Amino acid sequence: MSDELQDVISAVLVLTGAVMCLAAGIGVIRFPDVLSRLHAATKPQIFGLMAITADVAVNNFTVGTVTLVIAIVVFQALTAPVAAHMVSRAAYDSHRVRVDVLVIDELGTRPD
Amino acid sequence: MQIVAVIAGVLFGAGALCALYRIVRGPTVLDRVIASDVLVATVICAMGAEMAFNRHTDTLPVLLVLALFAVLGSLSVARFLPVRDTE
Amino acid sequence: MSTPKRRLTTFLNQVPLFLGLVLLWMLLWGAFSWLNVLTGILLAAVVSVGFYLPAVQLGLRLNPWFTLLYLARLGFDIVRGSLQVAALALSPRYTPSNAIVAVHLRTRSDFILTLTGVSTSIVPGAIVVDVDRVRSTLYLHVLNVHRPEQVERFRNGVLAEEHRIVMALGSREDVERLRQVSGEDRSEQNQRARDQHAREKRKRKGST
Repeated sequence: MSDELQDVISAVLVLTGAVMCLAAGIGVIRFPDVLSRLHAATKPQIFGLMAITADVAVNNFTVGTVTLVIAIVVFQALTAPVAAHMVSRAAYDSHRVRVDVLVIDELGTRPD
Repeated sequence: MQIVAVIAGVLFGAGALCALYRIVRGPTVLDRVIASDVLVATVICAMGAEMAFNRHTDTLPVLLVLALFAVLGSLSVARFLPVRDTE
Repeated sequence: MSTPKRRLTTFLNQVPLFLGLVLLWMLLWGAFSWLNVLTGILLAAVVSVGFYLPAVQLGLRLNPWFTLLYLARLGFDIVRGSLQVAALALSPRYTPSNAIVAVHLRTRSDFILTLTGVSTSIVPGAIVVDVDRVRSTLYLHVLNVHRPEQVERFRNGVLAEEHRIVMALGSREDVERLRQVSGEDRSEQNQRARDQHAREKRKRKGST
């Protein structure tokens, strides 16, 4: 019984992570410019990674595993925004942003 | 459980293929960098899923290293991107 | 140049980061042993001397309850943001429409500014395009914005995030500033409400 329950939880978590990865891939293809693609590249993965590493931790519940899993998620959560910021600034500075899909651009009109 | 493994494998594969497509096509360097980030994240997730299925934790340190160093690629490209590459 | 007292404060400021490095080292080994502690301390010393960075003013204040609240909300927001972006990527009727929004934060602390930027990039919505440290302004790229109201709602969301972070970790000065600003807001709102009330009264008088 409890073994079956564990299987179900495991399956749900892994499938969630897989769907998130697929969504990231599709987003990277479908979104129109660099900045939008960055959204697809940073966000769904964090949740996917959380789901899958949570699954690993549930299957093997020891102090070492849990701390390592937390470290992995924290690092990913801290480093992804930094990389995204660097790439987005490079994109904006080199005018690779599609202005036609922007409703407002308050960076372009800022006071100097 | 076998079926779940196959479905998850197909989803991961499709995600990785999407990222690969963007790496090959991507109009600019930045697009390729983003797509390669997605590819690394997909690999991380797939390795995690493999661990979950086979009930071991052997590749957990590898995940940690990948999570730490996956950033370096996009960071350095964004940092040293030549401006003349724009047009 | 530096009095002993000031040197002590800079030292105390470094202690949490130092301990964090030691903890990280033990975490990487996945085990607690005295050898690990020793090598960890040694390495942390080498790192903090060899790769010297300008010290961050941490403020040395931490409200456990608000920190817990912030972390819980952050976790919830991460899940929500991931699901939103995933749904957007998979939805068949997706039309691209984005915005770059400037958000003026009320804090003057680099630490809070950074933390707010990182948190808003992993929760629904935004990627930091540029940061203006002097004006403590974040320029954020927001996905899927169609109408101006959505921009305002997003801006309020970021300010709420900043509020939570300041309540959890901000210095006393920042909390004070936040209270002042929201107090001004409130008095302004009250003023507006009173004006509205008076206008309606006048209107009613005029109609009768």
